[in-house]
Amino acid sequence: MNSEHIKLAARNVDLWFGAKHVLKQVNAAFPQNEVTALIGPSGCGKSTLLRSFNRMHDLVPDVRIEGKLLLEEQDLYDKKASVTQLRKRIGMVFQKPNPFPKSIYENITYGLKINGVPAGQHKEIVERSLKESFIWDEVKDDLDKPAMRLSGGQQQRLCIARTVALRPEVILMDEPCSALDPLSTLKIEELIIKLKEEYTIVIVTHNMQQAQRVADKTYFLYLGEVIENGPTASIFNDPKQQLTKNYVTGHFG
Amino acid sequence: MHIQARERIDGLVRSLIKATGLIVISILGGIFFMLLWNTVSFFIHVSPLDFITGTQWNPTGRHATYGILPLLVSTCLVTLGAMAIAIPLGIGTAAFMSEYAGKRLKNILKPAVEMLAAVPSVAIGFLGIVALGPGIARLTQLSNGLNALNGAILLSVMSLPTIITVAEDAINGVPATYKEASLGIGATKWQTLTRVTIPAAAPGIVAAIMLGVGRAIGETMTVLMATGNAASFPKGFFDSVRTITATIAIEMGEVPYQTTHYYSLFAIAGILFLLTLVVNMAGEYFVNKFRKFHSA
Ligand SMILES: Nc1ncnc2c1ncn2[C@@H]1O[C@H](COP(=O)(O)OP(=O)(O)O)[C@@H](O)[C@H]1O
Ligand SMILES: [Mg+2]
Repeated sequence: MNSEHIKLAARNVDLWFGAKHVLKQVNAAFPQNEVTALIGPSGCGKSTLLRSFNRMHDLVPDVRIEGKLLLEEQDLYDKKASVTQLRKRIGMVFQKPNPFPKSIYENITYGLKINGVPAGQHKEIVERSLKESFIWDEVKDDLDKPAMRLSGGQQQRLCIARTVALRPEVILMDEPCSALDPLSTLKIEELIIKLKEEYTIVIVTHNMQQAQRVADKTYFLYLGEVIENGPTASIFNDPKQQLTKNYVTGHFG
Repeated sequence: MHIQARERIDGLVRSLIKATGLIVISILGGIFFMLLWNTVSFFIHVSPLDFITGTQWNPTGRHATYGILPLLVSTCLVTLGAMAIAIPLGIGTAAFMSEYAGKRLKNILKPAVEMLAAVPSVAIGFLGIVALGPGIARLTQLSNGLNALNGAILLSVMSLPTIITVAEDAINGVPATYKEASLGIGATKWQTLTRVTIPAAAPGIVAAIMLGVGRAIGETMTVLMATGNAASFPKGFFDSVRTITATIAIEMGEVPYQTTHYYSLFAIAGILFLLTLVVNMAGEYFVNKFRKFHSA
């Protein structure tokens, strides 16, 4: 991309679960139409950071957030901001595929109905989003079948289709391949690279190779702090910090 | 030697368990057989068609009539009325407790519901006579408030704990990932509850309803006390009614053995049994139908 347009950003974000300080002065900026990877050892706060962008922590009692989280110029935690509107603009794909216990077709139309998309457009959008998620050919004859009958990889692609159906601006992915076999993983990675043409993507991953295959930029987190960030190649090949180096070379994590 | 002793005990326990199982099954079989035997004896005296279509239950009159319809309609009226109140209230409370109520409120509500289940039916019937009955009478300008409505309200109170407890377990059991998926798409809490959580909990909720219906259909003491027990054909909720259970309870104590009247009580018990069976099977059917979408 030419001059970078920052789509999503965190400014001096601190987050506590009760007394536990989980995110510490986190600063991050995710450019439009790029894939940014969040890496770091388990428990360092990657999911917590990701989930703070679509306000999934709203459900958790005793959580406290300070600092600013921004989508373009919009303060995500502004009292006047509509959470449901924000979540429509910032879609999320979860670690474990979580289709609804409904048919494949209904899995997509659920979000359309919720967001008031006229019924006349449903069929077309279902087809389009399933095609965009590279799953159309596999399910086009079984749209009325329960989504739970699909394989894990298919379920995850259906979840991605469910998200892209709403044309969000940002897609957050929390280890989307951790429950999948290598072949499905590869398919999803291809899909991610394709999707960035239209969306801004932030992906949490434990898989170093995956980060290098899909991500333009990478953030390394450790104990709730951003230790280092930059173009993926330089994080992996020329890390400035010793911690980063240890992590990407597999000395811990 | 130790091992031998233990094996002997193990064998003993196994036959003991087998024996108790057999006893339960034979008791069940015995009850069923007795019902069937006496019902057949009844149908030797009275034609099944007259029994099923008869609109008068008057076994002690000069011309005894054994029409089950008024009793059946009474039972259905009271049960349906009870469910019309208890199902929305029960599911609503269950959903509120598991999705909206804070920890503290939940810690008050849960024991309260459990305590409601512990109130003896005779006490609830008593309340129906002294509190609810006069209240209904005053509001409706009727001479007394012992009618189907009274019974329905009381039965709804009695089936609420069952419905709430089972439905709440079902709603709690819905994986958090479904809710996150729905909220993540931009659904509100309410949309998530009504369109994802409750449908996903449907098998458990249907089971809760069926248990509630079972509780209401079979309840005797409360309806006996609160519904007035007129055996005439009920026209609505403000009529006094007499359910199948109440009829058996009232008449069984006074009826001479081995008479047509005696047999007739088994016949209506048989019908009650069939009714419960149908309710349970319908419940099972729906549970399976919903489960289809849950697992591969
Ligand atoms: N809902 C929660 N309540 C309390 N602590 C939490 C909660 N969610 C996460 N944590 C804690 O926050 C820390 C960061 O967790 P997480 O963001 O899931 O890590 P990661 O995704 O990097 O593995 C962990 O120590 C975890 O135990
Ligand atoms: Mg995580």
